[in-house]
Amino acid sequence: MKKFINNNDDFLKESLTGFGKAHSDIINVNLDPSFVSRKNKTKDGKVSLISGGGSGHEPMHGGFVGHGMLDAACPGFVFSAPTPDQMQAAAEHVDSGAGVLFIVKNYSGDIMNFQMGAEMYSGKNDSIVTNDDVAVEDSTFTTGRRGVAATVLVEKIVGSLAEHSGSLEECKKLGEKVNKNAGTMGVAFTSCTVPAAGKPTFDIGDDEMEFGVGIHGEPGRKREKIQPSKTIVGNILEAILDNLKPEKNEKNLLFVNGMGGTPLTELYLVYEDACQILQSKGVQVTKSLVGNYCTSLEMQGASITLLKCDDEILKHWDSPVHTAAMRWGM
Amino acid sequence: MSVSFLISQAKGIQKVIDENSAEIEVLDQKIGDGDHIFNIQRGLKLVVELEDSIKDLPLAKALNMIAMKVLSGIGGSSGALFGTFFMTMAKSPDLDKDVDFNKACEMIISGIKAMKERGKADVGEKTMMDVLIPVSEKLNELKNESEFKSGLNEVIKIAEERMLSTKDMLATKGRASFLGERAKGHIDPGARSSQLIIDTICKSVINN
Repeated sequence: MKKFINNNDDFLKESLTGFGKAHSDIINVNLDPSFVSRKNKTKDGKVSLISGGGSGHEPMHGGFVGHGMLDAACPGFVFSAPTPDQMQAAAEHVDSGAGVLFIVKNYSGDIMNFQMGAEMYSGKNDSIVTNDDVAVEDSTFTTGRRGVAATVLVEKIVGSLAEHSGSLEECKKLGEKVNKNAGTMGVAFTSCTVPAAGKPTFDIGDDEMEFGVGIHGEPGRKREKIQPSKTIVGNILEAILDNLKPEKNEKNLLFVNGMGGTPLTELYLVYEDACQILQSKGVQVTKSLVGNYCTSLEMQGASITLLKCDDEILKHWDSPVHTAAMRWGM
Repeated sequence: MSVSFLISQAKGIQKVIDENSAEIEVLDQKIGDGDHIFNIQRGLKLVVELEDSIKDLPLAKALNMIAMKVLSGIGGSSGALFGTFFMTMAKSPDLDKDVDFNKACEMIISGIKAMKERGKADVGEKTMMDVLIPVSEKLNELKNESEFKSGLNEVIKIAEERMLSTKDMLATKGRASFLGERAKGHIDPGARSSQLIIDTICKSVINN
């Protein structure tokens, strides 16, 4: 394992402290229990959005704390759900009285810990669970899809509504709509290495890829020989379109997300392939996002997310945002 | 059950889990995401380190401190589930009185019931509950028996059988559930670690 690391026990603390210093104009980092919160207090009457999850997916979620997105984020250990005391402390810190909406990715550890955090928090709160990963078919064998990259879009779009005085109920409703309108699938070329493990999470041949990989390197649909980008992208989009079935005149946001180890050059190539394929199928792409937003440590690979957009979603996508990892309009 | 019993069990379990850590890590990498063993090891280390702060406390308080330590120090599913287990045990009535075998069984049974509710998982879903629920049912049969040591041998056997039975199951809960058919053929890592825990505790009770 080759990583910038001093010792494993301090890995997360040192990284979080650095993150806090690098973005001290936007956020504060609290340690023990750890949470990232906005520099400025939540304004009265604004619903607070709190997300969180295992670390190793940076910039998700700490990088999305700031105006127009999250109010706080709770980072767990690498690839492990955060603990209920973090959620409770973050909620107490940011809630201005309008309530807290927890945004949770569909992974059992996250669900359980957020549930306990919500039970321990005495203020008004509600939760939404994202489950955009179409890699795992809804079948009698699976009770749920994984929550992955579309969580970024949910946080941006619901964050804007909260900024524009949306109530807790309205924020939850919009978040559920965005989640329902989004589909994601990813492919990995290499494994990631969890610092505590010191070795790659899975073995994969030089000429192989994991199709439908999860954001922790957990296996997906199948192991295949690597193929040209157009073929890979075509297969991913087929799975997503099959699931989302967008209408011909519907507007869509196309999000190409890097897993951490794939250069932007390749991500833009994937974007181009995806645009061409979608155009040939008559699917309109009107908004775009390309970059490393929901990563799996140093894994090489990418995921593609398609989000069907109505006017409400488009308006809140375009509105100003100022976080460590996403900034426009201000 | 006493605070010193809890501490000595934690130490015994820590030793066994450390000895089997490589195997559990591999199981989790096959069908999960590889964090289970680190979470269990971190939790055990934290509990063992609590020794000085809990050894003179009443049982209920000690259990509560263990619960909060596990809940805030582990993360992942294991933290929530085992935190729930200890929190529920701490809420048992009459902990200031002597906790005999019968009472200890009732505490463990209620703890496992709370884990089942927290994880919303039942037998047959390829999780640690495949081991813990049958163990809890057996303890319910045993709790009133005066000659319980031979019964604990059966508990050991049940835990092992149920752990092995997860191998051919499809997962419907936990991260392995996202795999469908591909999870078949691998023992669930949570079932393996739970079985080792049950095995260690039972053997230590039988031999004392």
